[in-house]
Amino acid sequence: MGGSSDTSRAGGPASGLEARSLDDLVVDVALRRDRQAFARLFDHFAPRLKAYLARSGADQATAEEVVQDVMLTLWRRADQFDRAQASAGTWIYTIARNRRIDLLRRERRPEIDPSDPLLTPTPDPAADDALMAGEREQRLRAALGQLPREQADLLRMAFFDDKPHSAIAAETRLPLGTVKSRLRLAMVRLRKVLRDNP
Amino acid sequence: MSVSTAIPPGSMPSHHPDEALLLDYAAGALGEAESLAVATHLALCPDCRHEVADLESVGGAMLEEIEPAPLSGDSRAAVMARLDEAPPATPRRRPVPVAPGVAGLPLPEPLRSYLGETGPSWRRIMAGVAEHQILAGPDGYRAVLLRIEPEIAMPVHTHRDREHTLVLAGGFTDAFGHFLRGDFSSTDPSVTHQPVADPGEPCICLAITTAPLRLTGRWARFLNPFLR
Ligand SMILES: [Zn+2]
Repeated sequence: MGGSSDTSRAGGPASGLEARSLDDLVVDVALRRDRQAFARLFDHFAPRLKAYLARSGADQATAEEVVQDVMLTLWRRADQFDRAQASAGTWIYTIARNRRIDLLRRERRPEIDPSDPLLTPTPDPAADDALMAGEREQRLRAALGQLPREQADLLRMAFFDDKPHSAIAAETRLPLGTVKSRLRLAMVRLRKVLRDNP
Repeated sequence: MSVSTAIPPGSMPSHHPDEALLLDYAAGALGEAESLAVATHLALCPDCRHEVADLESVGGAMLEEIEPAPLSGDSRAAVMARLDEAPPATPRRRPVPVAPGVAGLPLPEPLRSYLGETGPSWRRIMAGVAEHQILAGPDGYRAVLLRIEPEIAMPVHTHRDREHTLVLAGGFTDAFGHFLRGDFSSTDPSVTHQPVADPGEPCICLAITTAPLRLTGRWARFLNPFLR
């Protein structure tokens, strides 16, 4: 890790930073170990991560502890961030999800190894990359805002409450089939936004 | 005549986990055993990898929309003060070599690491069927490798919960179709099914089960004690 400082940036600290996207800021951390960029990322993500962890069952102190852990992981692994693959928000979401499973549930999360020679290759990898991940996320957020409430609520439960479909059905007293079909309808819309070219 | 079910390289599975299971996996709501089956299918299925990546983007976008919860005052300073700390030494696990796999069958990650280099130690559970337990999770799910000899019919059974089977070698046929390497089958309590292994070579699968099989039919009372 090079410890190059911020002094090489002309024009004073705040200028330019204002306009940088979250994805840019992660790249700044990766390339320059930029503490100011990291502080901005902390201010943006830490309160959201804390809310996420609290919803999935962590108490206040544990939630803060896991947030700090996730943010340190961001600092240490920023060079693994690939903005063509995922937006900064998605990347951090997956880090936080895995730390939650690791620390709160005390289980391993089995995942593929992207460098495994036995991974069946994607037939046409270029097809996915029509849009940058950051752009896709913008469109996704707009589409999320337009989902019918009954679908959006279930989607929040699915992603934030650490509850599989069956537990959501039990809690909402909806039939499992209804939970499944509402979430499926939500994903049909969102997938269209993610996969169709503009 | 011996039937070879060797899969041409690059061939894609035709039976997939249902959308709900992929969503639960992407959201991190599944226990370890079910996650292991989904993740191992993902290694063999680019389509489902794409779907899970899309679901994770939805998770990322929803994180933006969540009502933020303020941190205690000194939290940021505490983290900033730790940036120069050496990262905790994570013991680097020696990667498990691709070969020889289980009985000459190469297994993708993450399953390969779960089996380790020693491979399975098969235990006969009934005529023509052996199992090797990989893990038993606190949620009651077990992950086992099953080896079913050619043309053996598993006993007719029902399930207390949904259960999953991922074919790794050979194949089987049941009321839902024909399943080969990479194919994923889920059953739920409403289903009574009887998979029959293909002729030619043993069918090896990763099975995620909740409890010992509950048999129906005339052999149930006789066989049940052995299926623990
Ligand atoms: Zn699939």
